[in-house]
Amino acid sequence: MDLTLHVWRQETSSASGSFQTYQAAGVSDSMSFLDMLDLVNERITRDGGDPIAFEHDCREGICGSCGMVINGIAHGPHKMTTACQLHMRSFSDGDDIWIEPWRAHAFPVLKDLVVERAAFDRIIQAGGYISVRTGSAPDANAVAVPKPDADRAFDAAACIGCGACVAACPNASAMLFTAAKAAHLSYVPQGQTERLGRAAAMVMTHDEEGFGNCTNHGACQEVCPKGISVDYISRLNRDLLKATLTGISVG
Amino acid sequence: MQLDAKIPSGPIAEKWTRHQFDMKLVNPANKRKYKVIVVGTGLAGGAAAATMGELGYNVEAFTFHDSPRRAHSIAAQGGINAAKNYQGDGDSVYRLFYDTVKGGDFRSREANVHRLAELSLNIIDQAVAQGVPFAREYGGLLANRSFGGAQVSRTFYARGQTGQQLLLGAYQALERQIAAGTVKMHNRAEMLDLIVVDGRARGIVTRHMVTGKIEAHMADAVMLGTGGYSNVFFLSTNAMGCNVTSAWRAHKRGAGFANPCFTQIHPTCIPQSGEYQSKLTLMSESLRNDGRIWVPAKAGDTRPAAQIPEAERDYYLERIYPSFGNLSPRDIASRRAKEMVDAGHGIGPMRNGVFLDFADAIERLGRDMVSERYGNLFEMYAKITGENPYEVPMRIYPAPHYTMGGLWVDYNLETTVPGLFSIGEANFSDHGANRLGASALMQGLADGYFIAPLTVGNYLAAAPREPMDAEHPAAQAVVREVEETQARLLGIQGSRTVDSIHMELGRIMWDHCGMARTAEGLNKALEEIPRLRQEFWENVRVPGSAATLNQSLEKAGRVADFLEFAETMCHDALTRDESCGGHFREEHVTEDGEARRDDENFAHAAVWEFRGVGEAPIRHQEPLTFDHVPLSQRSYK
Repeated sequence: MDLTLHVWRQETSSASGSFQTYQAAGVSDSMSFLDMLDLVNERITRDGGDPIAFEHDCREGICGSCGMVINGIAHGPHKMTTACQLHMRSFSDGDDIWIEPWRAHAFPVLKDLVVERAAFDRIIQAGGYISVRTGSAPDANAVAVPKPDADRAFDAAACIGCGACVAACPNASAMLFTAAKAAHLSYVPQGQTERLGRAAAMVMTHDEEGFGNCTNHGACQEVCPKGISVDYISRLNRDLLKATLTGISVG
Repeated sequence: MQLDAKIPSGPIAEKWTRHQFDMKLVNPANKRKYKVIVVGTGLAGGAAAATMGELGYNVEAFTFHDSPRRAHSIAAQGGINAAKNYQGDGDSVYRLFYDTVKGGDFRSREANVHRLAELSLNIIDQAVAQGVPFAREYGGLLANRSFGGAQVSRTFYARGQTGQQLLLGAYQALERQIAAGTVKMHNRAEMLDLIVVDGRARGIVTRHMVTGKIEAHMADAVMLGTGGYSNVFFLSTNAMGCNVTSAWRAHKRGAGFANPCFTQIHPTCIPQSGEYQSKLTLMSESLRNDGRIWVPAKAGDTRPAAQIPEAERDYYLERIYPSFGNLSPRDIASRRAKEMVDAGHGIGPMRNGVFLDFADAIERLGRDMVSERYGNLFEMYAKITGENPYEVPMRIYPAPHYTMGGLWVDYNLETTVPGLFSIGEANFSDHGANRLGASALMQGLADGYFIAPLTVGNYLAAAPREPMDAEHPAAQAVVREVEETQARLLGIQGSRTVDSIHMELGRIMWDHCGMARTAEGLNKALEEIPRLRQEFWENVRVPGSAATLNQSLEKAGRVADFLEFAETMCHDALTRDESCGGHFREEHVTEDGEARRDDENFAHAAVWEFRGVGEAPIRHQEPLTFDHVPLSQRSYK
């Protein structure tokens, strides 16, 4: 099939960007979206141009590197699918495709479709862990974890940190990301000791990083490639309230 | 090149305990005075950086990703082995040790493997304490499954995302240390060379991938946890960024490279679908627990699976290996698939796969149970192929997946360059000629959490402490070399893209140094690789500049190193004139078509010494002795 791409090109964080048009001819159904971009980049390079920068690595939907807004939707038209797992059979000959980076104050564009997501790491640094030194762990079966709790922890832990939730949110909030991590750790017994302080610290850092507040639009859940539920945000907010009421301070 | 494995004395089960006592310790108050560089923040590097930070060392960690959480460890699906014997099915540390040595086709070091089996217990404890959500039974205790040919259920798993969950555990431990100030994290910083001063590893040179800044970073010890080199084949299941650069640069600075020809071809990947494909996708081997592998009995049969009656199907693994069947080891399952496809039994649009069929499993267990076990894998398969594996059999074919070879290390995980350590897939240590399923995560974490933090401490306690800054002439000389290489790459402005040359290299390696190898093919590859390398340096086009985010330049540097490394890999495959594990030389086959080892001449690790680009490297040997697992022909029949 032959497609027309409109791709956001921006040389650096400080430069202003614009959409540039490229023809993607001879694209086959079985190609992934990123294979298609590779093909376009090969042609740009051969023609002496500067290929489109986009982040990607595993191309199996698990590393969370890739992410772009495709025709207005973070990761493109399919639910529960990262951009790298999107295949060209989802498009038709003659389609126009608009490709943009994640847009959020806390995710500055570095080049073209590449954004800086280090703010996520800093939210984890604030408390997204269980404090356990290497070597100090008890036997793994010493504490039984009810299977339903383990399953809920897992569902939250499936977050790949791609940032689509932020890109889709009208407030550019990262509450789904923050809540998923906090929930993962709050469903397992090992995570109870630090639970409320963790919630307070992570949310405080979330706000300091310049992410917006959650106002319950739910767009994040719609685009999340791992199907993470907004219910976890309620859970985080409950923990945050408890932390505030019981005077648990941050840090 | 001196190869002293430094294996501690004493009975095998006591070596590590004794060694821990014998190793020197750094006074707690002095630890912060030692700087340790960790390159790579996957399971091995992330775990090592976090643990060394916890111990109080002054750690600087580097990754070329935007965050340590993206390392390729994250893509491991199936599970992690540990000899917990929670199932009471007869497992033990000794059995895991035994299985791993045998599975590696007797080309690994017994003492290392025994230590790995011992530490497997601690890994699971550590991960659970970190909140890693392993699968559990209804009673709340940990679940296990049998995996990749093991006859006990010793594999712990987290749906099909075991790697992601273990990596997040290590990543969170690492982020905690970053917050505590013991680890300084450098994201988007790619190591491009090693700095060796007075024979010791003293630092690295990195390129910042956004600003392009080339910098020297100095330390008292350097650890490389930089993964494997499957991408030498271009098409592999590795993430696109995986590369050999750090290990290769260390090799060029004096670190021996061991067994580069030991590569693993994974049997269950989605077959290539077209010419422009960038990578292959692995489907977890756990699928072989319930899926049945078959091809049409008649060559050239193009009917859809549903129209081929039972009597006209060849469940070849079950037929050839009645006791292991579909769970035969990876190398064997891969070769049999290749034979079937080569003999015209291939299925799918490109006739390049075999079926992995769940119809019987769905009938026996019900669709819900199959979905519970493999749901996310089935979804992934459907997304990629557009086919529903609940309705039609999956199509699979082997693909390069893991590399057992790597930097040679002694028992302390130290390379032949003092002060340079290598951990995880980047080293060669524990898997011999073939890695068993669910053993990579185990090894990465054993190295990172439990071994390297102690052995590096032992090195530091004995090494002279001489602080050195980045202005040291030796460091600045390496910085200049790196800058010159980049300028050269950008200056060629030829007509070929980096990818087109990488793809060509991949074809040479797959054809001649892939699943089956011959002296003739390898000699041909040894002629073609230097020619392609010359073509690269004369005719590659790297657009853009050095001072910006330039993904073409990043790739060009990695491919330049693959073009040198590939030659050593072929030398290794050629001189290892036997078949063993994943290294299959067509000249050395048993009557049943299995790999025929030559223990008399090749029970050793081959360790290569760099002599110059295009010059034949020198082959050294570390003899391997097998005092506990008797040398025997593997038989899975």
